[in-house]
Amino acid sequence: MIMEHKEIFDHLTALFPETGLEFDEDVPCIVVPPAAIRDVSLQVRDDEMLQFDFLMCLSGVDNADGTLGVVYHLHSVPLGHKLTLKVIVPADNPHLQSVERVWRTADWHEREAYDLVGMVFDGHRDLRRILNPYDWEGHPLRKDYEVPEFYNGMKVPY
Amino acid sequence: MSETLEALQEDIAAGRLQTDELVLNMGPQHPSTHGVLRLELVLDGEAVVKVIPHLGYLHRCFEKHAEAMTYPQVIPYTDRMDYLAAMNNNHGYALAVERLMGIEVPERVEYIRIIMAELQRIASHLVAIGTFGMDIGAFTPFLYCFRDREYILDIFERTCGARLLYNYMWVGGLSHDVHDGFEKDVAEFIRKFRPTIKEVNDLLNYNKIFIERTANVGVLPPDVAISYGCSGPMLRGSGVDFDLRRDDPYSIYDRFDWEVCVGKGDAGTVGDCWDRHMVRVWEMEQSCNIIEQALESFPEGDITEAIPKRIRPPKGEIYTRVENPRGELGYYVISDGSQNPFRVKARGPSFVNLSVIDEISRGHLIADIVAILGSVDIVLGEVDR
Repeated sequence: MIMEHKEIFDHLTALFPETGLEFDEDVPCIVVPPAAIRDVSLQVRDDEMLQFDFLMCLSGVDNADGTLGVVYHLHSVPLGHKLTLKVIVPADNPHLQSVERVWRTADWHEREAYDLVGMVFDGHRDLRRILNPYDWEGHPLRKDYEVPEFYNGMKVPY
Repeated sequence: MSETLEALQEDIAAGRLQTDELVLNMGPQHPSTHGVLRLELVLDGEAVVKVIPHLGYLHRCFEKHAEAMTYPQVIPYTDRMDYLAAMNNNHGYALAVERLMGIEVPERVEYIRIIMAELQRIASHLVAIGTFGMDIGAFTPFLYCFRDREYILDIFERTCGARLLYNYMWVGGLSHDVHDGFEKDVAEFIRKFRPTIKEVNDLLNYNKIFIERTANVGVLPPDVAISYGCSGPMLRGSGVDFDLRRDDPYSIYDRFDWEVCVGKGDAGTVGDCWDRHMVRVWEMEQSCNIIEQALESFPEGDITEAIPKRIRPPKGEIYTRVENPRGELGYYVISDGSQNPFRVKARGPSFVNLSVIDEISRGHLIADIVAILGSVDIVLGEVDR
């Protein structure tokens, strides 16, 4: 049975009444607190009615208002419905739980989000940079990022 | 030096002989890594214990560039991600912005886009099949594949002037209408191309040496494939009947009659290298079917009428995905109402498909890593973006 975002939200709030899930109607998506994302992810993956087994995309976003966001786009191969989850963390303390053990594909996606936007996924087993060199400084997709003039003594063009 | 096996084992047990794991770097300048990818192989003798991929040699942060440009200016950058399937990259991005703005494109544009996307799929699969054969030691099929790919590139060149990086599908339309005689050229190509599939089957796919090298190698079970987010021929090779063109339809794919090809384990186990390879071969046949049906009902019309003068999507965000030759290409576009995108995230299928390599390589020999990597069919321009 295909479920809409609102139905999924009602279903999840009944299961996690204390967690403080919020529904964003414009997108639509469900906003999850950073400390609860792993439990919610496990629930949406293993719930008989939801079965979100496919993490299509995990994106890091700098919201340019002092917060960073992580967006999870999920799809269920057996049931065919979709879900968007969002986590908002403050830019000066960008910690949230890793979902790397829930969907294995999140491993590289989280490394990419850490590399480019700079949020820290607690519980990730191998949180290294992935696209930039391992000793690169800064996170390029931050809105206030400035390209360094030199990298290891070499002039950075552009 | 120990003379017998027993003496050798005794030496190892006593610590007189070191049996440490060996680390071998494959790449970044290795002909079988299809670009600049470095695989750090941890070996026990010749068996692979662990594969640690190091990427980023081609990283140029497409997503950062996109934020500094207007929406149409991003399109040439999408070409350069998966440079073997630039049409499909354009298509996905154009669809994402069109959905944000609520644009309906004319019938003729949809038809041209489908035909171009399917031709590109054939061209991309031909490269994948040809180079995979060459990785394993079959050189001749490579020439057959590249010869036929050239016909497709000629058609593209006649239409939009470019052979690899087209900037062809624009938001709301196309950069040019097709050239005179386009339909004849495409029909002629399909007629010439269908026998090639049989030739490749005879030369390569059912060749005993090829099957020995690929069957039961790098088996990817369906649940692992889904957990790792694999898509495209990787996922279908593992027996999962899932294709975005049918299961999350976009454009006008729902009007045509064609089949989703799934690996069945004919040569070995479901999900081995041979299955992934054959899904690509069968898909070329299906692409031919789609193109033929599209040519039958190819409509007339103006291709520029829906192209907006000013591209300024309303505030909002969207995640759009299309079926690239390599799998699910997703664009997550956030608009803040200005003429530059606030954020463009590209979810490349090669990047995600490559992440499973450690899982399916363990326990195989070094020579099999070449086969496994070839069957994953990565394009480093997209992995590194």
